[in-house]
Amino acid sequence: MTVGDDAVAALQVLVVTGSAPLLVGVTRKVRALLEGRAGASVAQPWRDLRKLFGKERIVPEHASWVFGVAPLVVVSTVSLVAAAVPFVSTRAPLAGVGDLFTVAYLLLVGTVALALAGLDPGTAFGGMGASREMTIAALAEPTVLLAVFALSVPARSSSLARIVAATLAAPHRAVSVESLLAFAAFAVVVVAEAGRLPVDNPATHLELTMVHEAMVLEYAGPDLALVELGAAMRLVVLLGLMASLFAPWGIATTARPAQVALATLAFVAKVGVLGAALAGFEVFVAKLRLFRVPELLAASFVLALLAVTVSFFLA
Amino acid sequence: MTTAGAGLLAACVLGLAAAVAGVGLPRRARAWAVGVATALMALGALVAALAVIIGDRAFTARLPSVLPLSGVTIALDPLGALFVVVAAVVAVPVAVYGVGYALHGPDGRAFHAVVPLFVLSLLLVPAAGSVTTLLVLWELMAVASTLLVLADHRRSPAARDAGQWYAVMTHLGLVAILIGLVVFAGHAGGESFAVLRARGPHLSSSVRSAVFLLALVGFGSKAGVVPLHVWLPKAHPEAPSHISALMSGVMVNLGVYGIVRVGWDLLGGGPRWWGVVVLAVGAVSALFGVLHALVSSDLKRLLAYSTTENVGLMLIGVGAAGLFAADGHRTLAAIAMAAALLHVLNHALFKALLFLGAGSVLTATGTRDLDRLGGLARSMPVTTATFAVGALAIAALPPLNGFVSEWLLLQSLVHSLPSTSATVAVAMPVAVAVVALTGGLAAATFVKALGTGFLARARSEEAEAAHDPTVAMQVAMVALAGGCVAAGVAPTVAAVPLERATAVLGPLSTAVAFRGSGSSLRLNGISGSMSPAAIAVGLVIAACVVLGMLRAVGSPRARRRAEAWGCGRTVQTARMEYTATSFAEPLQRVFDDVLRPDLDLDVSHASESRYHIDAVRYRHGIRDAVDTGIYQPLLRAVGGWGRWARRVQNGSIHRYLAYALVAVLTVLVVAR
Repeated sequence: MTVGDDAVAALQVLVVTGSAPLLVGVTRKVRALLEGRAGASVAQPWRDLRKLFGKERIVPEHASWVFGVAPLVVVSTVSLVAAAVPFVSTRAPLAGVGDLFTVAYLLLVGTVALALAGLDPGTAFGGMGASREMTIAALAEPTVLLAVFALSVPARSSSLARIVAATLAAPHRAVSVESLLAFAAFAVVVVAEAGRLPVDNPATHLELTMVHEAMVLEYAGPDLALVELGAAMRLVVLLGLMASLFAPWGIATTARPAQVALATLAFVAKVGVLGAALAGFEVFVAKLRLFRVPELLAASFVLALLAVTVSFFLA
Repeated sequence: MTTAGAGLLAACVLGLAAAVAGVGLPRRARAWAVGVATALMALGALVAALAVIIGDRAFTARLPSVLPLSGVTIALDPLGALFVVVAAVVAVPVAVYGVGYALHGPDGRAFHAVVPLFVLSLLLVPAAGSVTTLLVLWELMAVASTLLVLADHRRSPAARDAGQWYAVMTHLGLVAILIGLVVFAGHAGGESFAVLRARGPHLSSSVRSAVFLLALVGFGSKAGVVPLHVWLPKAHPEAPSHISALMSGVMVNLGVYGIVRVGWDLLGGGPRWWGVVVLAVGAVSALFGVLHALVSSDLKRLLAYSTTENVGLMLIGVGAAGLFAADGHRTLAAIAMAAALLHVLNHALFKALLFLGAGSVLTATGTRDLDRLGGLARSMPVTTATFAVGALAIAALPPLNGFVSEWLLLQSLVHSLPSTSATVAVAMPVAVAVVALTGGLAAATFVKALGTGFLARARSEEAEAAHDPTVAMQVAMVALAGGCVAAGVAPTVAAVPLERATAVLGPLSTAVAFRGSGSSLRLNGISGSMSPAAIAVGLVIAACVVLGMLRAVGSPRARRRAEAWGCGRTVQTARMEYTATSFAEPLQRVFDDVLRPDLDLDVSHASESRYHIDAVRYRHGIRDAVDTGIYQPLLRAVGGWGRWARRVQNGSIHRYLAYALVAVLTVLVVAR
């Protein structure tokens, strides 16, 4: 018996959607424990979502249709990425989408949609959040694409399935200089793109320091639930990408149900570990000033540039 | 007579008829007749170009009696035909738009007569088959477009200034092209492209390089590359909006066409440094253009700078293709060139759409200042929706067309490594970084344009009272938006035309860039595939599932509108929202060293105490560093020289007699 490619894609979307709020719960729990608090249950974000879905839909009086469409766009793009990236199986479920450049641009679609929605109600905070979010996204873009470049050179392709297969075939590559540099660059980008400390503080309650939270300040009820779900799924997808690109071991290469089930567990475990590590790291850093963020991104850019060129100069 | 010949002849006849109609018909019929004839002319040229591409055979004709001495040579091959298709695809909706725009914009006899001539020149320049024909058509295009830039000269002094800049820059460019091509023709011993193509690769390398550099400067000034771009942000905003659409969407492409035609067809490609130079020019133009677009709050100026950016991206593709071809990597070169040519088509579609949208906003509100717009999503729904399509497409977001050419370009750059050449190993990562930063900043730019200009709350009474334009203008914008979506979802249709167009170029011939297999686009020779249709379908399915889920679990209660959060303030006005200038401020601060904004803060204190502030004046402006750093000193120097020369000629008869005496004595001494 085998599992069809479409079934794998659906499974990936379900796993990402189901585990996303739990991952947020895990990061909050780890942070609370490290800070000496008991913290809420890991399932609390799911309960919050259930509560929000049941609430009335309230939209700001001057908002247009863009405001209502943006959360849909965010969740749709992340879901499509979740279906296309080889998280569970290397048998690329959606061949036409499973390209690293395509994935990078699809994630940018979600960012742009929310930034437009932030500007739409015509408030100061929404515009401020949108402006800051686009500033960070624009400056992170060179690092993203150069990291993609560095990863696709050894595999001679930017297709995710091929990159994963190449790493599986030559495991020593995962600890080569260029791979470690690319990993470091990618880690900074994940932090920036997922809106985590030190770039943005997802737990902030002060409007003036918010980035992502300021942009979505006007959302309420089911719309807010979608925005939060989208942000959580984005975190899972980014951490999952890191896991698949730099430590793909455990991923299914055949369509046997047992292997797929095992690979699903491995994926959940890897993302959980990465999430816990991220939360642990966040305890020790403070949020950077907005105008220091470009310096951080420039540093990650240099790492990515080195990752691409080092193979030429070391050879 | 072949289909191609019939189509071109029909285009010429219709173009001249439209010009005559523009002069002769009474005011009410004029706009209609000119619009319809111009659209039909573009369709005629489109048929001709498609016949050439489908038949894969160049159409040539010699008309010795049309011009004295040299005659006219027409040679439309698949490369030229591709540019004719691009021009025609934009010209048809623009002609339709022009019918509606005539109610608001310039409506004189001369204006209506020049528009079809301008379109005709845009359609015919890529069909020129000899140096003389090219130069005559090029000059026709330059003169026609200068007249059109000046169309509003009575009302706007800025248009007069822009026209002057444009006329000077375009003619300096023409001089460079003229010298380059005349030197080329002189050394090749003939002026038809067939002779140049046969002899070009065998000329001495110094002649070839000189011709190439002159062509790069001449055609580059038309394409608006840095540092020859200064006319572009002056002229494009001042021209009537549908003329801006033609200039930005089509005319600048012909600059790219000239560089490709002369460099890689007639000269047959060159050494690696040609590619590196074009790549570097492209990279600088892309970054400089997008940075200025980012900080412009004048909508049309923003679009004009974004044209420089997109031409930069095209030239990155052309330069990379030249570099790969010189290294013998034909497949990669073909992909890079196909990416550049596809970007020509894509840029034409979305830039024309955006300029038409800006024109609709301008006619409805009377302003192009993003800081005074806003709230158009409710008052101008069609314009907002179509502008949104254009803005997302130009930000290279999938599944729209800008993404496809950007993806192709990135694929060609990425597959150049591993390489043994240090130039490639350094240039390609830098090029990818430039494309990425340009893409990111373009996304921020167009979020700004769309989010502050069209969404949010109206910042002025004019914006509040706006309404969608006439039906003809709406149809044109919807058609172009449809084009952006279609070219984004089905780029595989372009595979064969692009293959035939690149096959014309000697160093890239026989190489195939990509093939369409089903709905996906599969690169040839290297591993890579992408399916824009799958992305579009996937997104639609995902959105439907999410909507269904929301229906199932979400609250059944209807939407309620409530006041936005204002930190406890109960009165919120449009004055409090973020403007375009404030949106771009963080990025402007990051790129302070390049943009060098002028900031002026005047704080005046109350007379009783310096602790009480009476008024604060804040002035902020960003001037083009190339304009202030290179052109203004140059103009000042020329002006100073002129003032000095005026002292020589002060009207005194004694002085003139002295000059005559000195001149006669000199002649006598020299000629003795």
